Amino acid sequence: MHIAVVVKQVPDLVEELEVDAAGTGLDRAWVKMKLNEFDDHALEQAVLLKEAGGAQVSVVALDGEGIDQVLYAAVARGADRALKVDAGTQEPLDSRRAATALAGAIRDLGPDLVLTGVQAADDLFGQMAPFLAAELGWPHVSVVSQVEVAGAAVRVQQEYAGGRMATLEVDLPAVIGVQAAPQPPRYVPVSRLRQAMASGALETATAGAGAGTGGAAVTQLAKPEAGRGAEMLTGSPDQVAEKIEALLRERGLLRG
Amino acid sequence: MSKVEPGRVREDEHLIVEGMDISGHWNRMFEQRVLWSHDTGPLEKLTAITGAESLAYCYQCGKCTSACPVDSVGSYSPRKIFRKVQTGTDLLTNPDLWLCTTCANCLRVCPKEVNMISIMPALREVAVTEANVPPELQKAFENTFQHGNPLGEPARKRADWVAEAGAPATILPRERRPVDVLFYVECYWSYHPRGRDAARAFARVMEKLGVDWGILGPEEKCSCDSQRLAGERGLFEMLAEQNIRTLAKYEFSRMVTSDPHAYNALRNEYPKLGAEYPIQHYTQFLAPLMGQLPWKRRLDYKVTFHDPCYLGRHNGEYDAPREMIRQIPGLQFTEMFRCKANGYCCGGGGGGMWLDSFTGNHVTERLSERRVREAVETGAEMLVVCCPYEVSRFEDAVKSTGNEGRLLVRDVIELVDEALR
Ligand code: SF4
Ligand code: SF4
Repeated sequence: MHIAVVVKQVPDLVEELEVDAAGTGLDRAWVKMKLNEFDDHALEQAVLLKEAGGAQVSVVALDGEGIDQVLYAAVARGADRALKVDAGTQEPLDSRRAATALAGAIRDLGPDLVLTGVQAADDLFGQMAPFLAAELGWPHVSVVSQVEVAGAAVRVQQEYAGGRMATLEVDLPAVIGVQAAPQPPRYVPVSRLRQAMASGALETATAGAGAGTGGAAVTQLAKPEAGRGAEMLTGSPDQVAEKIEALLRERGLLRG
Repeated sequence: MSKVEPGRVREDEHLIVEGMDISGHWNRMFEQRVLWSHDTGPLEKLTAITGAESLAYCYQCGKCTSACPVDSVGSYSPRKIFRKVQTGTDLLTNPDLWLCTTCANCLRVCPKEVNMISIMPALREVAVTEANVPPELQKAFENTFQHGNPLGEPARKRADWVAEAGAPATILPRERRPVDVLFYVECYWSYHPRGRDAARAFARVMEKLGVDWGILGPEEKCSCDSQRLAGERGLFEMLAEQNIRTLAKYEFSRMVTSDPHAYNALRNEYPKLGAEYPIQHYTQFLAPLMGQLPWKRRLDYKVTFHDPCYLGRHNGEYDAPREMIRQIPGLQFTEMFRCKANGYCCGGGGGGMWLDSFTGNHVTERLSERRVREAVETGAEMLVVCCPYEVSRFEDAVKSTGNEGRLLVRDVIELVDEALR
């Protein structure tokens, strides 16, 4: 079993984010990047599968500032190979363009299974896994919280609204959007990270022609406007209950 | 499995050992005490780890148990750890691995020099390498790695406290020049709201003294001593290398720090990496200068003082903070019964700062809570401290022990500043 884990970095929310002068992106001057936490779970899931049944794990990312450290950390965590794909730009790409840029390299890598985070803080549509699957022509399941190998397929737990879970079997090769690994991503000791960095074993690939095209153009990015503030209801519990009922009726939220 | 077969106990009527006549029935004490009821394998596995050898020396005298602060709120001490391991506990996966604060009070009394300050980091390092770390501590490690401080605050805000100090502080990367004193602010004085209060007070006192000083600002990173003691040696080395490189860029004639943990790192650990600095804790720097301060006000407070483990026991400084307290006009000072070399521990050392909830599940009360009760018992209305971990720890403990309004917690520098206003 060969598993490819597709990862990317997102802005670390520790820093206050500012919209850039053009009003279409983040002011990147002060943004600190970190591994997308859902990708972190995808990687943990891959390492758990490796520990359970001896898979080979390759971690794949688009080239960009700081990506080397992310890849080394993945190697320190248990990935066997790390592949950096050059799409001709250091700028972050949206999911659509990232998927086209990565698909060729992933096909060349020839994994049985592709895991990636279900979504990312800077792209909440959750489209990376479906786009990748479409590019590769493979089946896809997203919002997955557990992956097990079942012969030539994988059995996955998919999460639905209201806490319902479905167990699905997907033929391989397939692309899975991981919501959560069965256990939190494990700690990467710095000594191990430094070993990985010293080994310097990153591979590189170039995205093929047509890579990184398509996608949506951001026309405006803005901070959410603050609301007018909350209205505090006062009085005894019964009075408050009456006021709530009146409010709900007034807004047409109650039937009968 | 290395079960030791019972040896034959020998009792000689006449026995001379190294020229000394020790004839008598008690000379059989010199026989090896034979252990056959338990597998000694697990203990031997631990004591084979570099740094943890001295755990094997324990002969169960029990002196450490009465000295260990954790034992006073739970069941702990090197003696108990030894016995548990001897009887089959796997310490590397047991909560006991994380309870020691590396306060060094056991080492002070142990006749066999069983050294938890060396044992604990060594064993924890093995656990960390196996990714077996309590989640709270893992977060602190990750924050330190990512942002250079365990609080997870942005590096570029490290010197933001200066703005409201009302006194200048030269931020060296912005204003490059040689200074007399390089002040190593450390993380809690840089970011924690109560730490920033102390940092600002420090800046004002430095201005009154006319000291020429500067800070590294956003280039300063955690000295990482507590992370090292909590088992993340790789992280310590990485940040130490970065700090050493940063320090090499600036000219200064001496270094002062707010934090006993940073003091310990810079004084005892960085030299092992080839970097020696003339470092003082700020109480050591200020105590001899107290006579030059233009006092404006008497502070009529009854105070007591808590010795930081890493200033006192680890580095032998008990006098400097007391001298500062003595010279601040008006303070009435009482010692707590546990003080100086036998001082209690606030619970923050050795990673304890980032293990509060974890530790809380294994002790009857926090060490900081026990200490606050002891401070109240002296009749003091103020607990004076000089370690950045302690103000917030003790203020939380004042609340959780219901002593709000009865005991205030102040860094000694805040009192100096108050008496100058
Ligand atoms: S004081 Fe030393 S020898 Fe005595 S029980 Fe404690 S660790 Fe063992
Ligand atoms: S170092 Fe302190 S906390 Fe640790 S075992 Fe010794 S006395 Fe107890």
